[in-house]
Amino acid sequence: MSTDLSTLIFGRLSLEAVPYHEPILVATFAMVALGGLAMLAALTKFRLWGPLWRDWITSIDHKKIGIMYIVLGVVMLLRGFADALMMRAQQAMAFGDSAGFLPPHHYDQVFTAHGVIMIFFVAMPLVTGFMNYVVPLQIGARDVAFPFLNNFSFWMTAGGAVLVMISLFVGEFARTGWLAYPPLSGLLQSPDVGVDYYLWSLQVAGIGTTLSGINLIATIIKMRAPGMTMMKMPVFTWTSLCTNVLIVATFPVLAAALALLTADRYLGTAFFTNDLGGNAMLYVNLIWIWGHPEVYILVLPVFGIFSEVVSTFSRKRLFGYASMVYATVVITILSYLVWLHHFFTMGSGASVNSFFGITTMIISIPTGAKIFNWLFTMYRGRISFDVPMLWTIGFMVTFTIGGMTGVLLAVPAADFVLHNSLFLIAHFHNVIIGGVVFGAFAGINYWFPKAFGFRLDAFWGKVSFWCWFVGFWVAFTPLYVLGLMGITRRMNHFDDPSLQIWFVIAAIGAVIVAFGIAAFLVQIAVSILRREQLRDTTGDLWGARTLEWSTASPPPDYNFAFTPIVHDNDAWYDMKQRGHQRPTSGFKPIHMPKNTAAGFVIAMLATACGFALIWHMWLPAALAFVATVGAAIVHTFNYQRDFHIPADAVTRSEEARTAALAAA
Amino acid sequence: MSATTLDLSPAPAAAAAPVFYDDGSHHPPQGTLLGFWLYLMSDCLLFAVLFAVYAVLGRNYAAGPSGADLFDLPIVATNTALLLFSSITYGFAMIAMQHNRKTGVLIWLAITGLFGLGFLTLELTEFSHLIHEGAGPWRSAFLSSFFTLVGTHGLHVTFGTIWLVTLMVQVRKLGLTLENKRRLMCLSMFWHFLDVVWIGVFTFVYLMGALQ
Amino acid sequence: MNLLRFLSSSLAARLGLTGLALGLTGCDMVVMKPHGDIAAQQAQLIVTSTLLMLLIIVPVIALTFVFAWRYRQTNTEATYSPDWDHSTRLELIIWGAPLLIIIALGAITWISTHKLDPYRPLDRIDAQRPVAADVKPLVVEVVALDWKWLFLYPEQGIATVNELAAPVDRPIQFRITSSSVMNAFYVPALAGMVYAMPGMETKLHAVINKAGDYEGLSANYSGAGFSGMHFRFLGLSDGDFAQWVATNQKQGSKLDGTVYQQLEQPSERVPVQRYASVEAGLFGAIVNRCVDGKKMCLNQMMAIDATGGTGKAGIPGLLRQPWRNEAGATERTVVAGLCTPTNLLGTSAPTAKP
Repeated sequence: MSTDLSTLIFGRLSLEAVPYHEPILVATFAMVALGGLAMLAALTKFRLWGPLWRDWITSIDHKKIGIMYIVLGVVMLLRGFADALMMRAQQAMAFGDSAGFLPPHHYDQVFTAHGVIMIFFVAMPLVTGFMNYVVPLQIGARDVAFPFLNNFSFWMTAGGAVLVMISLFVGEFARTGWLAYPPLSGLLQSPDVGVDYYLWSLQVAGIGTTLSGINLIATIIKMRAPGMTMMKMPVFTWTSLCTNVLIVATFPVLAAALALLTADRYLGTAFFTNDLGGNAMLYVNLIWIWGHPEVYILVLPVFGIFSEVVSTFSRKRLFGYASMVYATVVITILSYLVWLHHFFTMGSGASVNSFFGITTMIISIPTGAKIFNWLFTMYRGRISFDVPMLWTIGFMVTFTIGGMTGVLLAVPAADFVLHNSLFLIAHFHNVIIGGVVFGAFAGINYWFPKAFGFRLDAFWGKVSFWCWFVGFWVAFTPLYVLGLMGITRRMNHFDDPSLQIWFVIAAIGAVIVAFGIAAFLVQIAVSILRREQLRDTTGDLWGARTLEWSTASPPPDYNFAFTPIVHDNDAWYDMKQRGHQRPTSGFKPIHMPKNTAAGFVIAMLATACGFALIWHMWLPAALAFVATVGAAIVHTFNYQRDFHIPADAVTRSEEARTAALAAA
Repeated sequence: MSATTLDLSPAPAAAAAPVFYDDGSHHPPQGTLLGFWLYLMSDCLLFAVLFAVYAVLGRNYAAGPSGADLFDLPIVATNTALLLFSSITYGFAMIAMQHNRKTGVLIWLAITGLFGLGFLTLELTEFSHLIHEGAGPWRSAFLSSFFTLVGTHGLHVTFGTIWLVTLMVQVRKLGLTLENKRRLMCLSMFWHFLDVVWIGVFTFVYLMGALQ
Repeated sequence: MNLLRFLSSSLAARLGLTGLALGLTGCDMVVMKPHGDIAAQQAQLIVTSTLLMLLIIVPVIALTFVFAWRYRQTNTEATYSPDWDHSTRLELIIWGAPLLIIIALGAITWISTHKLDPYRPLDRIDAQRPVAADVKPLVVEVVALDWKWLFLYPEQGIATVNELAAPVDRPIQFRITSSSVMNAFYVPALAGMVYAMPGMETKLHAVINKAGDYEGLSANYSGAGFSGMHFRFLGLSDGDFAQWVATNQKQGSKLDGTVYQQLEQPSERVPVQRYASVEAGLFGAIVNRCVDGKKMCLNQMMAIDATGGTGKAGIPGLLRQPWRNEAGATERTVVAGLCTPTNLLGTSAPTAKP
């Protein structure tokens, strides 16, 4: 084979891309390979390939897709947290003569991967999973507006995650920080594949996220049950609507910014290079115009989760519903007016800096209003401290302090001494962990019984909560202190031995959190093993207030045999109070979308195209691209995308529920 | 426990039980057009970013040629005419669709497609001419943003044309079904949107660039 | 009981935090106790803002615990109002109180951001002493390299690598740039940080009020050698400063374009280097990225662009140059210097003004 053809096919991919001389990676690969083989063996032994393909991979059911998103998020949490443990260990060890155990080349990939994975492949899938699972049920719909697109969106997100994971074992990841500022991320400073892995994995995942945003907006606007006006929607649905508006209105900016950087690297353009008229500050602006709304994309859904949880476990209506809605909308709009606070130190001038500082502070007002509203929901309620409520109280305390440090950083002159320091790191982990992670665990514990028909073991849930809560504060309080000592972020070695004690404490905190994660996994395992004792047959385990709790646990494929008619906020609570009678006959055939393999196939082809582009394998990339477009076109020729569940199948399913309710 | 008769008629003022279940007559309205519109808005934002990039970097010639030196306005005018006419012919296709005239739809779609291909051919010629002269996207930040903005628009027209051909095949095979009509309406929105973007490109890039 | 454990553990965490904050004296929180006037004002700002916000934060956290305890399910004596979900008065307070705090903070922000703007020349040495009218600031030109810092003193004609010095109580004007990637120039004891960016010049005004040996660093990740990219900042009395200058003049070598290009090569944890003389116009050439004399200076390029470029004739005016990279040599494309009747080889004029 001539070298030209060989280059066209293999690009810069060669055996040297496999890091078989790096012990940590070899050990990781061995574990992953063994674990993977064990899983494949189990799937084969229990003959699960068929159900896996039929019921999950090709499923267009929002409930299955929601669960898959959350599973993806939890799996990537393990990878992202492993990165965190490595960073804490390195920073606790690398003082004076000791260089730690991670050379800079490796450490710099670890902190980049940690940020990218946690934001894009843990937090985003988790909140998307919740919105996917819960919103159609809460509005009384059968599925989302575009079920096929939903499946495709998930597999694109998974494809992006696959690319990031491959970078562990084939080639390397970016060494630029999670936002990859040029010129450092440009071709001159980072000629290797790392930044390319970053770019293509985020582009693939970003397409999935944007389409998912479109899907959920259309669902909420068009598919609400009769009687559910906008101001009668559950708060979680409101926050989901605003989140998805944010997604559709900002992910294109990310796509464009990354595309421009890609053009610089692949086509030699001069957007962000120094010498032919480019301007790196443009990238910083674009990426943060996306980046700030992104953090609201992460936090608004969990605000919605907390609203549902506080109301349910205080046995009381949510205080100030209208206020909550307005606050959410105000936050959504304002989140576009604050992006410059991420680079006050870039020298934009005092008036510009002040403007953005003040807008950032203004956002804290509606956010504070929400916290007060949760507080006054608890006031004069009857509060039970089930695991979701524990997470909520932990959130209220933790997130509030994180928000305070955020407003502090919003004062530009204060930011001049705290920017990029460990104080900043502590702040954003404070709000992301205290907000998004705590909210995710609250949501998992709250809705798991709905999704699977049995609740999660409370004891291990509490262990997990306490380890996370204590571990978080032990891990990050030292970082606040270190920030005030002038220590900056992304360091892999320190000269001053007096700092070491703080890093050791932080490492201990990280280990406590690791126990929290382990306890969570134990909780899942124990709950599955004890599921009969933890079974819930009522469908409304917590005595909750919104429509998803009116269905069986787990809900049937069609969600509702008859679409509910809504008269009030807290529609299910209203139905219970006013003596609704669940229909037990007269069921009709139900129109449902069919499962399809097209989403999976197209997404995997797109992922393969991304991989080929990373390695400059031009011929495979071109072929994969053509195949992707071709598969999409072929899919459009499939007009037989739906079927009807026959009336007697519905009847049987509803009769089973009637029996279960009677026995409960 | 039965509630087989679900009466949706307005309840009398006296104590009628509230109705909590739909009798099956509720059909959620079709969301395809809204969904496509939302996608189009996200695409609009993409172009907005590219316009902004052009605004920031569009005067950075790296001591090379500017728009005034490179733009061939007659070609651009021809291109604009082709694209605008293609929008008109697509409009005729939509009128034919309203009247369920399948042949009319196919003919007008074909003409639209030809206009689109003409546009793309001229644009590719323009690009290759520029590149041949050395004024490629790598020469300066101005040229990078020019090629990216105009090129992204051209890529959209390309995919629109592929979509148009696909739809022609589907309409020919299956006729003007409800689903195909929905798809034609989506493509219509897409095509006109590209026209609007082109007007922006034509004005801010070519006209204002040439008048430097 | 769960709730008690929760309260006590959180209280412990809260007390621990406060104790930590109060125990500032135990550790060297240089950001809170700096020795430069600008940094001192910034520290004061942090304290003021935090106290303002605690006005809201403390009641919120306290109420969280109080309500959680008081309205727990087992406390049947507490009032239970399951449908009470609205109170206009409360809403007014909920939105109004934070609004008032933010208005106060906003005013503080506007004033302090203008007063502490890094580009604003100093008008005071410290809280008691304004800057005298006849005092000229000490100008220091700063270049962030991979991975060390170069400091040029145009007034004294010397330069150093990884050692910065300034006389106490004399205003300093930093003019900052970078050679390759974004960094941030930061001396926590002195003042806030400012990004150092290639092809651009940022400014920082500061003054050091107490003699001492302080830490300086880069506060923006810039690659493999980032962790070693710190330098010493010496606050010196006038006499000591003059002596420091003299030491540099005695021990240093010449810093010209060739030496600078060697400095541009990647290196880490570089020991202090001294230069007794600096080629005229070197900093300007660094900012305009034309030290090698073959590239067109950025300011010239921008001036040409402002007049509309050079037309099609300028298309081929490019140069391929080798670019050092730790992974191996690559090349970059730059605009070549223009030859003119008075500058036949198109070399960049060393006196190119920044």
